[in-house]
Amino acid sequence: MKKLIWVGCGVAGALCLLYGQVAQIPVTKEGGIPALAIPDFRGAGDAQKFMAAFNETLSGDVRSAGRFKLVPKTSMPIFVPQQPSDFQQKPAPVEAPPPKRGRNAAPAPAVPTNGGGRWMEDWSSPPAQANFLAFGYTATQNGVLVLQGWLFDLSKDMSNAQLIGKRYLGTVDEAGARKVAHEFAADIISLFGGQSMFGTHIYYTSDRTGHKEIWMMDPDGKNQRQITRFSSISTYPTASPDGSKVAFTSWVKGQPAIFIFSVDPVRDLRYYNQAASVNQAGSFTPDGKQIVYASSAGTGRCCRIFIANLDGTGFRPISSSSAIEVEPKVNPKTGSDIVFSSGRSGPQQVYRMNMDGSDVERLTPGTGEASNASWHPDGQRIAFAWTQGYATGAFNVFTMNVASKEYVQLTHGDGKNENPSWAPDGVHLVFAKTRGKSSQIWTMLADGSQLQQLTTTGQNERPVWGK
Amino acid sequence: MFSKRKLSTICLAVTLAMFAAGCKKKVPVQTPPPPPPPPAVVETPRPAAPVVAQFTAEPTSIQRGQSSTLRWEVTGQVTSVSINQGVGTVQSTGSSRVNPADSTTYTLTANGPGGSITASASVNVATPPPPPPPAAPPASTMTIDQRLGSDVQDAFFDYDKTDIRNDARDVLSRNASALKQILSDFPNASIVIEGHCDERGSAEYNLGLGDRRASSAKEFLQGLGVPADRLKTISYGKERPQCTDQNESCWQKNRRVHFAAGQ
Repeated sequence: MKKLIWVGCGVAGALCLLYGQVAQIPVTKEGGIPALAIPDFRGAGDAQKFMAAFNETLSGDVRSAGRFKLVPKTSMPIFVPQQPSDFQQKPAPVEAPPPKRGRNAAPAPAVPTNGGGRWMEDWSSPPAQANFLAFGYTATQNGVLVLQGWLFDLSKDMSNAQLIGKRYLGTVDEAGARKVAHEFAADIISLFGGQSMFGTHIYYTSDRTGHKEIWMMDPDGKNQRQITRFSSISTYPTASPDGSKVAFTSWVKGQPAIFIFSVDPVRDLRYYNQAASVNQAGSFTPDGKQIVYASSAGTGRCCRIFIANLDGTGFRPISSSSAIEVEPKVNPKTGSDIVFSSGRSGPQQVYRMNMDGSDVERLTPGTGEASNASWHPDGQRIAFAWTQGYATGAFNVFTMNVASKEYVQLTHGDGKNENPSWAPDGVHLVFAKTRGKSSQIWTMLADGSQLQQLTTTGQNERPVWGK
Repeated sequence: MFSKRKLSTICLAVTLAMFAAGCKKKVPVQTPPPPPPPPAVVETPRPAAPVVAQFTAEPTSIQRGQSSTLRWEVTGQVTSVSINQGVGTVQSTGSSRVNPADSTTYTLTANGPGGSITASASVNVATPPPPPPPAAPPASTMTIDQRLGSDVQDAFFDYDKTDIRNDARDVLSRNASALKQILSDFPNASIVIEGHCDERGSAEYNLGLGDRRASSAKEFLQGLGVPADRLKTISYGKERPQCTDQNESCWQKNRRVHFAAGQ
């Protein structure tokens, strides 16, 4: 009986190996960041025309995860394997026969010193010096684009090297090629303890149609699409924790008021605004059931911080200062405190308080102007915009540990840098950079490196990274 | 019996004879021979001078800038016809459009073998009536937007401030009078006080500043008797700048309240 079970497991294991295997063991290398070689993949037949987009997406996603050193293509061997069977065993060294005397002595047989790419050692030795190799190919089959993707650990021998061996399916077009590349990259990144941002979205404000509207796009800047069509001023988007909704502020009905839309499909969910001269969207609570916002309701002067249900009912004020208090953001991890901007001590600064409005404390030291606070997914750090050390209005992006109030400056001029927002992986930030009169959306890593511009058309601002 | 002629000849002869007889010198009187008869005079009919059958100006009175039409007809033997005041040589019959700047008398001269003749026609040019005086057009002809544009000014604020400073106080005081008049002339209208900011602060905070600037202005105007129920406020924060240069001159222009007609 036991034998049967073992055989069964063996078969299951073998099947897993054949049809889709992603090891979940976090693999780390001693002595620093692992070097990953990703040669250009090729496609059979109709698939080949999408491979430029595929390769750009695969290496782009892996590079932006910030966890690998990518081996330059010029250091790679000439022969690129497309499947594991393309690899050859490096031949055992052969004992050269004793040289024969005489004029017609045959030359000693040549012993190959490298396989041109057919040996795993070609990839792990200089000049490539990779620790890991991603390889595979695409083809079309029954009207479907198929990616066969493998990730090999080059420190192991051929029979134990495979970490990923999987099929990915997509439509036979550029979008399908990008999709399978995103999915393969996501598996590679997660193997190393990271999180692919594929499938997450950045919401932002763009005026490229002639009016400020709410837009969304993929984290690599692709698929930019318009959500609102109010032909008014619609801005200050904020995303729900599950990525299904976006709340924002619009002047379409006269006074600035809060709107909540579902994203897929795009639909107005009809938030009922209090009668007030100003209602501006702040953020969702982590359970996604309420929003905190800023309003002039009650006092007739903007603004205090309020909380309400997603349809606008059940509203009550949280803050009570007579100063301007705006941009409330609920801690996404604990749901028990709020960071916000306030002018209660003079020029605006970043503050923190409990959900009931108690225990207000100022986080920023009080110099310059500080605003745009955004929580890290771990609920312990914020990113924010601050003019410390620069002229009025010349903001830079900083991060701060809320408990210790220690801060780090991530941008250093080159225009105004505002509205930072953390990606769900807690590793990336999206923000708006204004050079001269042009405002565009950029991403970077949490250490300020790997700056990447995502938008170019019109004025683009107020990004927020949601699921 | 005798023709008249013969009789007169005889009378003449007898008279001469008697005269001769009466002279001192006695000369043998001879009957002078009859004088030859006077030559026969062929009288050709004398030609008539040309006749101006018509010379008119139509109309006879015009405003400066308008034109009149001269019409003429000259009959008889004509060698040339001309009209002065720049019209020139013309046909015997015709018309011509004239645009005199001032009252003008046109003289037509017609020449012919029988002589010349002139005629005249006058065109009276009336100067245009003076326009009505520009001062104070009746209020009902200007729209409320025009009234706001000409009679009501923006008031400005300091950075990060919402209180009414001295120059704004003066502007809003003048605005109060104008607004009261406008609201009286347009009984169904309301006025929107817009609050704006410069681009340097963060957007949501600026929405607050704009709201408070509009409210401050409204309170001030209320204090001067502008009916509060006719005044609305709206904040645009920094979303609707009226200039985008990055200097204090433009930033100051944006830190303002602006008055518009309510919808």
